[in-house]
Amino acid sequence: MLAALLAPVLTAISGTRPDTVDKKAVDPYLGGLPRGSLGGISSQHWLGVEPLLGRDIFARLLYGAQISLLVAFSAALLITLIGTVLGITAGYFGGRVDALISRLMDVMMSFPSLIFMIALLSVARDVNRVLLLIGVMSLFSWPYIARVVRGQTLSLKHREYVEAARAGGTGSARILFGEILPNLTGTIIVYVTLAVPGLIGTEAALSFLGVGIRPPTPSWGQMISDAVLYYKVDPMFFILPSACLFLVVLAFTLVGDALRDALDPKGSRA
Amino acid sequence: MIGYLLRRLAAMAATLVIVCALTFAVFYLLPSDPAAQFCGKDCSTERIELVRQQLGLADPLIVQFWHYLKGIFAGQTLGTGQYAVQCGFPCFGYSFQSAQPVWDLMMDRLPTSISLALGAAVLWLVLGVGAGVVSALRRGTWLDRTLMVGTIGIAALPVYFTAMILLYLVVTVAGLLPYPRYIAFTENPGQWIANLILPWITLALLNAAIYARMTRNSVIETMAEPYVRTARAKGLPERRVVGKHGLRPALTPVATMLGMDLGGLLAGALITESLFSLPGIGKLFADSLNKSDQPVIMGVTLLASFFIVSSNLVVDLVYAWIDPRARLS
Repeated sequence: MLAALLAPVLTAISGTRPDTVDKKAVDPYLGGLPRGSLGGISSQHWLGVEPLLGRDIFARLLYGAQISLLVAFSAALLITLIGTVLGITAGYFGGRVDALISRLMDVMMSFPSLIFMIALLSVARDVNRVLLLIGVMSLFSWPYIARVVRGQTLSLKHREYVEAARAGGTGSARILFGEILPNLTGTIIVYVTLAVPGLIGTEAALSFLGVGIRPPTPSWGQMISDAVLYYKVDPMFFILPSACLFLVVLAFTLVGDALRDALDPKGSRA
Repeated sequence: MIGYLLRRLAAMAATLVIVCALTFAVFYLLPSDPAAQFCGKDCSTERIELVRQQLGLADPLIVQFWHYLKGIFAGQTLGTGQYAVQCGFPCFGYSFQSAQPVWDLMMDRLPTSISLALGAAVLWLVLGVGAGVVSALRRGTWLDRTLMVGTIGIAALPVYFTAMILLYLVVTVAGLLPYPRYIAFTENPGQWIANLILPWITLALLNAAIYARMTRNSVIETMAEPYVRTARAKGLPERRVVGKHGLRPALTPVATMLGMDLGGLLAGALITESLFSLPGIGKLFADSLNKSDQPVIMGVTLLASFFIVSSNLVVDLVYAWIDPRARLS
């Protein structure tokens, strides 16, 4: 993550740009494969270069990380916001509001989300891909968090302190955000942390299928998709972005898991 | 039970119509022009305009949607005269690019997707549930810890990585298996397995880890129930306590998840199918996307939501059948 934020600095140090084409680093007589061993690793290109274009993999990985994490975090923020507000409203007010929101959640969850996301993304052609990705990914992910929040709110709303606040004439909004929300933060944080790896994976999948981030902006999914063609002859080009994806997803899963153990005693370490 | 069934079926139909309407609305905005595709390459502007009229593309959105819905149940004839295309029941539209009804295209691909999903499910159930049960019964030992840390690691592996490494090591380097392609089970069962085993492993690894963790939690919870203690107190051998009283209720949530995952996988194994170039529904979708073959994209979207909604229904019905309390909510 730090590496992603510092991408411009690091690439300045390594002296490469993500979109610089270095024809000297690839061998035209070998079908444009990188010169040198392990995908052309050298002092100039720390992690080698891409076949054909000879763009620096290290720089592209860093800038790709920027985009992938930006998309994942923004989407996570958005689903937390939507999911929490709708979930807490449904749980607290019950009745018709609850029926409406729950129905909406059911419908959203019975969409084949990946397929529908792809369809939506392929329809919209000339818009900001990053914003669109964030929007579409959030659209299909919020019900999962809303469902949990709703369930928790249902169990909290009859607690004594909530009843007391209501008896004291406190307004609904104040009860919701002053009394109930603080008791939900633990659950929400855990869910969001565990949602981030899923979102990173989805972004990679969408870009892999060619409907996510468009070239020349680098993204991990896109790099993997380019690299699949070369898996036999230039495995390093393929292994590097996959390994990055693996490590980031693993890291967030571990953090989320640890948070759950810490915040929720009823979790997996029962 | 009958009342519950009818209620659920009505809800399912309503959901499908909503999904259908939204999909339709989205594709209505797509810039590709079905009339131009229908007409072919050298086609004058007037001719395209005529085709557009004949296909009903000039009608308001809601009328077109009604024709589409009606076509699913009654079939429809697209265009008139010598250019007419017959699209029989169930008509999910007609792909002008491949000159075939969408339904036929999808049905050609379905066996591959079913083979892929079922085989992978068997594998991940054996691996995942097995690891989960062992882990739960040996809780706190090194075995449990190794399995659980291992599953987190495996779950984080990107599919691309698993797929390509398997292809590289097993097919390219070791030459043990052929490059996967689809061979019907009825044709040659041995080849069917040999060709699909790598895609199965890829999909199974992804899911096995999740199932393992879920099974472990569920078994631990059940084994702490009073009736398990009662069973032990009656002096039943531990095998029977675990097998009969512990596992059966513990595996219900696993069965629920399996139903939903299978529904999602039938049309949703996009990436695995693309990586191994298997001609399944997911590959059909990915290919149609590249060609902007709008009717196919729409058909697959609908088919996929049909699978998801109906697998949810099956899971709920099985639940209601086992546990009468579920019928009320």
